[in-house]
Amino acid sequence: MFASPLLTVLVVPLVGALAVGALGARPNAREAATLITATTLFVLVAALVPEVAAGGRPAVELFEVLPGLPIAFELEPLGMLFALVASGLWIVTSLYAIGYMRAHDEENQTRFFVSFAVSIFGAVGVALAGNMLTLFLFYEVLTLATYPLVSHHGTEKAVRGARTYLSVLFTTSIGMLLLAVIWTWVIAGTLDFRPGGILAGRAEGGVLIPLLALYAFGTGKAALMPFHRWLPAAMVAPTPVSALLHAVAVVKAGVFTVMKVIVYIFGLDLLSTTGVSEWLMYAAAFTILTASIVALQQDNLKRRLAYSTVSQLSYIVLGAALANAWGVIGGSMHIAMHAFGKITLFFCAGAIYVAAHKTEISDMRGLGRVMPVTMIAFMIGALSVIGLPPMGGTWSKWYLSLGAADAGQLVLVGVLMVSSLLNIAYLMPIPVRGFLFAPPDGPERPAIKEAPLFCVIPICFTAIGCVVLFFYSTDLLNLLQPLAGP
Amino acid sequence: MESQLPPLQIVIPLVAAPICVLLRNRVVTLGFAIAVCWATFGVSVALLDRVLASGAIVYEMGGWAAPWGIEYRIDALNAFVLLFVSGIGAIVLTFAPRSMGDEIPASRQYLFCAVYLLCLTGLLGIAITGDLFNVFVFLEVSALSSYALIAMGGRRKALPAAFQYLVMGTIGATFILIGIGLMYMMTGTLNMEDMAARLPIDGGVRTTLVAVAFLTVGIALKMALFPLHGWLPNAYAYAPSVVTAFLAATATKVSVYILLRFMFSVFGIEFAFEDLALGRALLPLALLGIFVASIVAIFQTNIKRMLAYSSVAQIGYMVLGISFATATGLTAGIVHLFNHALIKGGLFMAMGCVMLRLRSVDIEDMAGLGRTMPWTMAAWVVGGLGLIGVPATAGFISKWYFIQAALEQGWIIVAVLVLMSSLLAVAYVWRVVETAYFREPSERAREASEAPLSMLIPTWALIGATVFFGLFTTRSAGVARQAAEALLGGLP
Repeated sequence: MFASPLLTVLVVPLVGALAVGALGARPNAREAATLITATTLFVLVAALVPEVAAGGRPAVELFEVLPGLPIAFELEPLGMLFALVASGLWIVTSLYAIGYMRAHDEENQTRFFVSFAVSIFGAVGVALAGNMLTLFLFYEVLTLATYPLVSHHGTEKAVRGARTYLSVLFTTSIGMLLLAVIWTWVIAGTLDFRPGGILAGRAEGGVLIPLLALYAFGTGKAALMPFHRWLPAAMVAPTPVSALLHAVAVVKAGVFTVMKVIVYIFGLDLLSTTGVSEWLMYAAAFTILTASIVALQQDNLKRRLAYSTVSQLSYIVLGAALANAWGVIGGSMHIAMHAFGKITLFFCAGAIYVAAHKTEISDMRGLGRVMPVTMIAFMIGALSVIGLPPMGGTWSKWYLSLGAADAGQLVLVGVLMVSSLLNIAYLMPIPVRGFLFAPPDGPERPAIKEAPLFCVIPICFTAIGCVVLFFYSTDLLNLLQPLAGP
Repeated sequence: MESQLPPLQIVIPLVAAPICVLLRNRVVTLGFAIAVCWATFGVSVALLDRVLASGAIVYEMGGWAAPWGIEYRIDALNAFVLLFVSGIGAIVLTFAPRSMGDEIPASRQYLFCAVYLLCLTGLLGIAITGDLFNVFVFLEVSALSSYALIAMGGRRKALPAAFQYLVMGTIGATFILIGIGLMYMMTGTLNMEDMAARLPIDGGVRTTLVAVAFLTVGIALKMALFPLHGWLPNAYAYAPSVVTAFLAATATKVSVYILLRFMFSVFGIEFAFEDLALGRALLPLALLGIFVASIVAIFQTNIKRMLAYSSVAQIGYMVLGISFATATGLTAGIVHLFNHALIKGGLFMAMGCVMLRLRSVDIEDMAGLGRTMPWTMAAWVVGGLGLIGVPATAGFISKWYFIQAALEQGWIIVAVLVLMSSLLAVAYVWRVVETAYFREPSERAREASEAPLSMLIPTWALIGATVFFGLFTTRSAGVARQAAEALLGGLP
């Protein structure tokens, strides 16, 4: 359709959004449009994998927004991975969302599905961006497109949550990220993503440290503390939104940006030789531990998962900050591994809400007997997030630990271990209560009552995905290898 | 014909104004005036094309050579100003017929057209002329007609607002006249180029210094630079919607142009910015203005008033760009003239749509309006995003240049302040968004229906332009960059 397959990939979700909007009056056709768009997008993205895996870097440049600064797209392994994860999980989430939204009889479903498609457009744009300006543009598209999703219910609570969401994300992106981008432009005279970075030889440590801080904290979507508050606030959104956007697309767009900046703007050599990113390792470690501890104290399941996400995102930031081969590969791999694990957990939380109308963990005793499939899936997702075999999460944590050891940061290896223990402490009580405790009232063996099939199938799919990723991690490793440099 | 474009730019609207009075019939007059505005716009498009293709144009009025006669002198900067002033003039007047319906009595609408054209003539005249006294004359033409325009609303509050503007505006104009008079006294010339060559600036001649002081304060009053902005909020809040949209997008911008022209073309950058260090006086005023006005805007309940305070803040940005006195800083200031004209014009036109249906622009009455007037409010949101400076809107381009300019100077704090101030814009824009989309509709909003197409189309034309010029900037930032370089290089 277009000169470049990248543009086709970008246009598909937009066309999808228009189609969904046009079919608003006919829910079945509208949902079919969402599913067809999601599938088409995934197929198109997947078709690009062989080329990128073979070392190809499909690129296209549109027009110049400012002299020397075009809107440009280039697909490299990290973006490939992110695009693949976001578009693949969109199909599953669409199925789930259809079940969830209908079971709940939600209002404004057309607006919901249109915004969803536009959000995916933003996420894919971030993944494909060929320079920092393009990335920033789509980063903000993603912020704005998700706003109506977070405020979906329109209640005072939702509006307040959405206000926190928007104000934190705007404060960080406008206040810091944009400054970092323009500063980079003034220093380097380019914003292209280049292997080896664009800052080497152009700036000293006195500039690099504040610049890195602006990037790391300015990417609010990466939820590095103290700019993480938007994520728990976003939990007022319907669960499919929390699942895809606030466990996958939006937050991963954030850590993806950090990773991309470290690898292609700063360059690993510059960071490892100057030690400019050392403080960031500890900032990330702090977030990992603190957020886990906060998660322990949450009784609301979605909030607990949100803080868990905050913690897990910093794994990826940590991997980037390590600025060595294993760190970057482990961090990037964690984008995919955590995506599958966490989306499963959110799907389960939503299913529990739909079927049993429970949101608090303390009310979930004996729930495994009512919803066995959901609870088993929850267990699998939890194990993957914790990083135990045979789940995908094992590998990313393994490589991250290797990276930390490589960098001589044994303390950070310890942090990763302690964090895994904390993960066990806040995730395992849910299936344990579900299976081993008796229901508070009613019969000892209650009848099985799962969520609608549209909800259960996606849950099974992503849970199986967690296991599959364990066995296919070498493929990911091969894809991501070029990030570590030649 | 083509060589007569410069005078046509002025003569067409000037001659058309009295014809409007003669025509009298409401429909005929409006149609005629709209046609005249678009013709004027066409002339300015042709002028800009010629300037970009073959450099500055000089036209001697009546064949009298400068410095005896009046000459029109058009370079990239004023061609650019002419373009957006006439463009906004045409779009706003196209929007006017329906919008004026309730706000201006039908029997006076032919007068409105005449005065509107006169005001347009004045603004274009200021921009086009290369003669100092001519600047003053056109300044008065535009000022007097804008007082009349503001008062035309007939609402009670409009009259004191217009009177306040009249008093402040007259003081400003008088100061400018005194400044010009002092300069004339010393040089015996009124031609800008001639003046730039003859004005004694070495060794701090006191008369020159006094002239600079009078001019700076006078112009600052006219362009509502903080803390001389007192007249603006009321004038914009209580004028008829059409008038607000037109004046907000053009009048203060033309005053900024006068400042640029005087400081860079007449006094010269070395005198104004190195000897007098005018930048150091303007920079803190600009920053203060940005912050104070933005914070005040957050607390307004009348949304037109809120946008008016936002305008005061935006003038701060333009002056900030000028105070850098570098190519990037000037580019930022000049491109923001244009971008802000589009954004604010579009926003005030959206408010015109709201006014038509609600007969109020109070935030309480706008509750739930997102449901009953979706297109109007969507336009408002896009315009608001432009004010914030979200990427892919014109405001983003301006902001990019402002920050780049600050960083090039090594002024990181200024860059941070500019970014922080756009967060204040988020606060006042989002207050309206939340009210319009998430509150239960007010009584007035429930009864409202979408604005007529004759208003929506011009509104969306401007709002669409803010998105267009957020992505394709050769015709905005590109021209601004050319203009900035020309300014730094002296007169064309």
